[in-house]
Amino acid sequence: MQRKSLDVWIGLFVLLGVAAVMFLALKAGNMSSLSFAKTYTVSAKFDNIGGLKPQAPVKGAGVVVGRVAEIVFDDKTYQALVKIDIEDDYKFPKDSSAKILTAGLLGEQYIGLEPGGDLANLAEGDKISMTQSATVLEDLINQFIYSKAADGKDSK
Amino acid sequence: MIGRFLGAIGAWLRRSLQDLGFAVRSFFIMLAASGGLWRRPRLVMEQLFFIGNRSLVITIVSGLFVGMVLGLQGYYTLTTYGATQSLGQLVALSLMRELGPVVTALLFAGRAGTSLTAEIGLMKAGEQLSAMEMMAVNPIQRVLAPRLLAGIIAMPVLGGIFTAVGIIGSYLVGVVLIGVDEGSFWSQMQAGVDLWKDIINGTYIKSLVFGIAVTFIALFQGYQAQPTPEDVSGATTRTVVISSLMVWWLDFMMTAVMFSK
Repeated sequence: MQRKSLDVWIGLFVLLGVAAVMFLALKAGNMSSLSFAKTYTVSAKFDNIGGLKPQAPVKGAGVVVGRVAEIVFDDKTYQALVKIDIEDDYKFPKDSSAKILTAGLLGEQYIGLEPGGDLANLAEGDKISMTQSATVLEDLINQFIYSKAADGKDSK
Repeated sequence: MIGRFLGAIGAWLRRSLQDLGFAVRSFFIMLAASGGLWRRPRLVMEQLFFIGNRSLVITIVSGLFVGMVLGLQGYYTLTTYGATQSLGQLVALSLMRELGPVVTALLFAGRAGTSLTAEIGLMKAGEQLSAMEMMAVNPIQRVLAPRLLAGIIAMPVLGGIFTAVGIIGSYLVGVVLIGVDEGSFWSQMQAGVDLWKDIINGTYIKSLVFGIAVTFIALFQGYQAQPTPEDVSGATTRTVVISSLMVWWLDFMMTAVMFSK
């Protein structure tokens, strides 16, 4: 085999390999979720985080504005301490509240931020004091069954 | 009677251990010999063409068909739950994590591994390797090491191509033929696929490990074959059997380590 044409074929092989990497990284995997935007970190305490995981999205009005950075258990208050990275471009009032919500009925869990009315904005290291825990399906079902049972007793 | 039986077990155990130790030692000898290849890249390039380019067609065609079958079967199963929009995620994750690297490694063992074993076995039978040694050319450095390096380079590239083509195949069947919504096909895939966990870990690290294992087994079997027609053909068969089993075992181990969280 000629040297030149060997090089061409191997170049083609490598090119296909690079194209596959680009396709997998950009089209199949979402490279844009790996953002290098500057962020500020705020923390929030939840009674129950349900199935929330690090890297879960943080959304304001349904738009992704940040990511969950870290989740640790606080053994003083027996609550979950969730650290949230919010992108610098997005400002929220200091008295905003955080809820843990579920995408769809069985989808992944994310944090929804509801803006408050304060004039000052959240800054690095601030705490979100108003939080709402994840809805645990078992609790809902229990409540439903108990209320049904109570109804049945009354009607007799 | 019992003594002889125990003796046979002991001898078998000792032989197996000896083979294993010898294989590991050979691997490090080959690896050390491939260090000097930076000065002679042409040797590796030739093997890369032989191992990589020649395996390209079978990899692409198999990838396309595996993706198309996955798209079809996934669609039928997901319709039961009314979740056909998750088809992209299902196909991408199964290809990236398991099917891509494993099927590519099995094809690689069949396509490249066998020819490596047969080539080296016949070189040995034709006493070409001994002739090299007579001319003070180290056959491990001149013949085995470039092939090992080329196999290690080629396998992750092929694994990535297989996975990418598989996803395109499932896109063709799922979106173009059946009519799953294109937007949710890609967005569900992007939501479910993690760059590090699935693409780097799943496809590329697994393919790299399989590439090392399959290429080494092929070279080792060829180099250790008795220089007779029977044993060279036997060594080719052993290459396929051992490297397939090795791929399954390694895949199970790596899946257990990577995805158990």
